[in-house]
This record gives sequence, structure tokens and C-alpha cells, in this order.
Amino acid sequence: MLSIDRSIVDAIVAHARRDHPDEACGVVAGPVGSDTPTRHIPMENSARSMTFYEFDSMEQLRVWREMDDRDEEPVVIYHSHTATEAYPSRTDVSFAGEPGAHYLLVSTREPDTEEIRSFRIVDGVVTEEPVRIVDAAVDPHAVQSYMFGQSPATVDYECSGR
Amino acid sequence: MFRPLTFQRRPTHFLPVTVAHPIIKEHDIMAIEVRIPTILRSYTGGAKVVEGAGDTLADLLTDLDSRYAGLKGRLVTDAGALHRFVNVYVNDEDVRFLGALDAKLNDGDSVTILPAVAGGAFGFAAAAAIAGHRAAVAAR
Repeated sequence: MLSIDRSIVDAIVAHARRDHPDEACGVVAGPVGSDTPTRHIPMENSARSMTFYEFDSMEQLRVWREMDDRDEEPVVIYHSHTATEAYPSRTDVSFAGEPGAHYLLVSTREPDTEEIRSFRIVDGVVTEEPVRIVDAAVDPHAVQSYMFGQSPATVDYECSGR
Repeated sequence: MFRPLTFQRRPTHFLPVTVAHPIIKEHDIMAIEVRIPTILRSYTGGAKVVEGAGDTLADLLTDLDSRYAGLKGRLVTDAGALHRFVNVYVNDEDVRFLGALDAKLNDGDSVTILPAVAGGAFGFAAAAAIAGHRAAVAAR
């Protein structure tokens, strides 16, 4: 399960829409061991391609060092597919080098539909996981009225059953 | 003041100098510090920083492989080129711009290994790009 703040998801989707039809990519860093993405870092796609993305190696060194200095790790690594579904390609799987990261895919193929899915990719094995989008703008301690079984502060995306 | 969210690439001499790992003594013979990414720490007993020796990157990897068996195989292809799935840096430079495995090393250098982050929608196009890149690297 990936829990991620609504504002970060919005920023990722905005980045993907901005770079469409090229693929967009980036990282969300979070404190080591927390499994909580807190700091969104859009990265340059040095491939500038509709079908391929690649972090600029020098930008990556800077960002990875900065995370190290701040006791952070890449909790989420994201990229967009601009004409196909948000599911890891064989290339995505062969490159996946951060076993602890959530690989978040955004598809921008539909202009009006937000398509986000998250995966673990470890030793070439892809496992989809649910995404829980947390709306931090809602004060969790405030008195709220809602139907039993509903949670107004979160949206749960189940796996697509693939 | 407006601060852009994206990080601009700066001239490398402005990058902060890596502070030597406290465990590594300055007078050690093996004076090259090597930073190991999470995915390869299974080869180094979990160590994030190890040290080694060598006049070139290839020599260093051979030296490391003598103590951390299998590590070199994750970094160098069967054809003897640097693997596409990793980035290796000497101090603040990507070794692909320093001669790849032939990159010269000196005592006190810091070598950083990171997983390359790449991918994309279409396997075929990307595979072609990788094959082209590998050929270019091998031809150097």
C-alpha cells in the first residue's frame, strides 16, 4: 500500500500533463524507513521522448546526495506513460533499481481522467499495490459527519485486478 | 523570492566536496571510497561505504570483487562494458565522460554507484536505445 498526500499526487499529475506528450519523471523523497513520501522532486527527462525516460545522471547524483544529507530515501519513483496504460513495461522492470521504492505510474492518455497506479518491482517481479490518497487539507481531529464505513479524508484506489 | 522546483545543473566545481567517511583512515593504503547503492549492499554485507584500490575503475572493480564476490558482475556486462543499468561517478563526474571502465583513479577519490533510473512505455524503442548506447560505450 502506498499512502501519499493529495497535494503531491496533484503536483505529479500536473508535471505529467505539462510534459505530455513526452514522458515525465521524478522522485518523492521521504525520511529513511518512514515509507512516507514528503518531498516532491520533479526530474528532467534527459531522453525527452514520448516512449522513454531517463534521469539526467548529474541531476540524479545531486538529488541522491541531497537525500543522503537529509536522511531521506526515494520513497516514490514516478514516470508517465503518455499513450498507454499505467503499467510497468519490460524496460521499466529491467531498470528498476530501488527495491524499497514505490514505482508510481501515471497515464496521461486520457486528458480528463487521472490514471495512477503503484507497483513494487523487486528482482524483476512486478506487484501492484493499492494507492491511498490522503487529503491532508482535512484536519483529522476535526469533528466530521460521515456515513459508517466512509472516510472523507482519503480515497482508496484498489488494484485493477491485473 | 521565487525558488524553482527543478534543480539546475551547476558547474561541477560548485558541488559540495564529499566528506570522507569517518571509518576510513587517511593513511590507509586502499584509499578510494566507494558508495554502494541499496540494491547492491547484499554483496557488501550491508555496508553503504566500502574502500578499494586501483589505477582505473576496472582495476577498482576487480579489487572490490575479490572481497565482495559478484559485485563486478552487476556493474560490468559479459562484453566487458559498464552496465547500462548503473551510473558510476568519480568524485562529481559521470565516468561515461571519463573513459568509462578506463577512467583513471587516484588515492582520495570518491566513487559513487547509483542505479540508473530509466524506463518508458515501449520496450522495443527503449531496447534499441540501450543497444545503441551499449555499442557506443563498447566502442570507446
